Amino acid sequence: MSIPQVSKDLVKWPLRMSSPRRVQDYLIIFLFLLPAFVLFLLFIIYPIFRAAYFSLFNWNGLGPATVFVGLNNFKQILTDQVFIKAVMNCLLIVILSITIQLPLALGLAIMVGRDLPGRAFFRAIFFLPYVISEVIAAIIWMSLLNPDPERGFINALLVLIPGVQAQNFLGDINQVMACVFIVLTWKYFGLHMLLYMAGLQNIPKEVEEAAMIDGANRWQTIRNVTVPLLGSTIRTTILLSVLGSLTQFNLIWIMTRGGPVNASEVMATYMYRYAFIRFQLGYGSAVALVMLAICLVFSVAYLRLARQPDYLGSI
Amino acid sequence: MTTVYPHKRDTIKKKLPRFFQYLALSIITLIVLVPIVIMVFGALKTRGEIFAHPYTLPIPAHWENFGVILKTPSFWTMLRNSLIVALGTTLGVLVVCSLASFVFARMQFRGKDLAFNFLTLGLMFPITIAIMPVYLVVRQMHLIDSLQAVILVQITFAISANILILRGFFTSIPMELQDASYIDGCNSFGFFWRILLPLARPALAAIAALTLIVSWNDLLTPLVILNTDTLWTLPLGTMQFQGQYSSDLALTAAFVTLTALPAIVFYLFAERQIVSGLTAGALKG
Repeated sequence: MSIPQVSKDLVKWPLRMSSPRRVQDYLIIFLFLLPAFVLFLLFIIYPIFRAAYFSLFNWNGLGPATVFVGLNNFKQILTDQVFIKAVMNCLLIVILSITIQLPLALGLAIMVGRDLPGRAFFRAIFFLPYVISEVIAAIIWMSLLNPDPERGFINALLVLIPGVQAQNFLGDINQVMACVFIVLTWKYFGLHMLLYMAGLQNIPKEVEEAAMIDGANRWQTIRNVTVPLLGSTIRTTILLSVLGSLTQFNLIWIMTRGGPVNASEVMATYMYRYAFIRFQLGYGSAVALVMLAICLVFSVAYLRLARQPDYLGSI
Repeated sequence: MTTVYPHKRDTIKKKLPRFFQYLALSIITLIVLVPIVIMVFGALKTRGEIFAHPYTLPIPAHWENFGVILKTPSFWTMLRNSLIVALGTTLGVLVVCSLASFVFARMQFRGKDLAFNFLTLGLMFPITIAIMPVYLVVRQMHLIDSLQAVILVQITFAISANILILRGFFTSIPMELQDASYIDGCNSFGFFWRILLPLARPALAAIAALTLIVSWNDLLTPLVILNTDTLWTLPLGTMQFQGQYSSDLALTAAFVTLTALPAIVFYLFAERQIVSGLTAGALKG
């Protein structure tokens, strides 16, 4: 304990403003933080205010914004059935991700465990889809899901089953969201599995062994020891998953453009359509702000949730 | 004296779950790999073959599709643009984030926590939400249709996560080293440049690898900022190519395979860095 105290004294000593080292340090602090702050103010903070300004106008991006409409854009968004549908689809992805995708990743991570031979191999393979861009993932899956069994592999497999017909996966309003979710899971379960595997690595083996010796079976050990100890990792993956689901764009835009008949519309495709296809920049700005508000609500709720005790810290 | 040999029963008991473990993992491996393999096989077939036998092995392999793509000048232009953007962004992230993380990990000043919280706010604004406001500002700055704008925007949205990762690594370097360097006459900058950065090389490699992949795969920023097709990056071009040549499955497959290849090869070489970067970021956040 004595060494850190010495270093604290050393840090404290030059705190007097007059010391030349302190002046130099302030200069370093200022210059080192400057680039990050400039970029942040320029491309995050200022844009939000600018979008807030334009959200009050009816503006197509040509010339100055002159048609002031007050909060009309927001009113219109919140009463637009398509936007409501988009929010519902986002929430659907959130719920499915948390109830299916994350447990799947967790199960696989526990299955691979700490020392299964071939662990590194499986991890590398499962993580591969994460490395491939969403554009490519979307194109690959569009071809797999092609309604024609001659072209779409999944339908080619389906028609082998007697009595089953080829499905128009992405063109069917009842199936399109399920397909989108499957592709999202294919692409992202590896990321979550990787994080769980890293989290498992931090749990001492002895704790689980102790539970086994006390008579807990494998399942009880996982439920009552391993999963609670993974708490902080699980909360992190939930946040990643929620924010990712709420802001999903690339895959859906390429595979379905939000169609058919808005069946796979999400908030980001809705915003993109208004802002960059119809060029209603005022309305698009308002949509962006609504999305921002929704994501903030989730983030703040997460921060509340994340204050739960971290069991791993107490070992 | 009777000896019981429980080993034999134990091995069966142990091996049966193992078998099911491997069975489940193999099935998932298939599900992950089959889509990718079908695409690569498709790329190795001629247009006629892909219609006649879409799911067979490509024997004999036809490499002509790749030749066609590689002879297209626009492919090389897009490859160049993607490289410029990815390398520019990575370099920028390394500089901006190591400077800021050093201050947060090693310097004392009033308002430090506030400044740090401010810079990690970005974690709550994924680029998808911010792209519309960002577009307005990039337009106002007359930077639309420039690779610099794409790079600056990508750097900005990578700052929060990477500062979080790097600060963790920097904090873990023993304080004694800093004290010793001060006693030896180093100033703060000397410590940062001569001691901290060389020691943090694995961490820098991790965030570089991660940033490179994210930037390489980014679609939305270039999609919104770039108009001219000579400035397009590969994801943008891939999306366009797929729309244009959707009838020629073999050619599309070849194009997609070629654009996926750099990321996959890079991943195979830098897996350790990518994994350590991701886990450090997520577990500390």
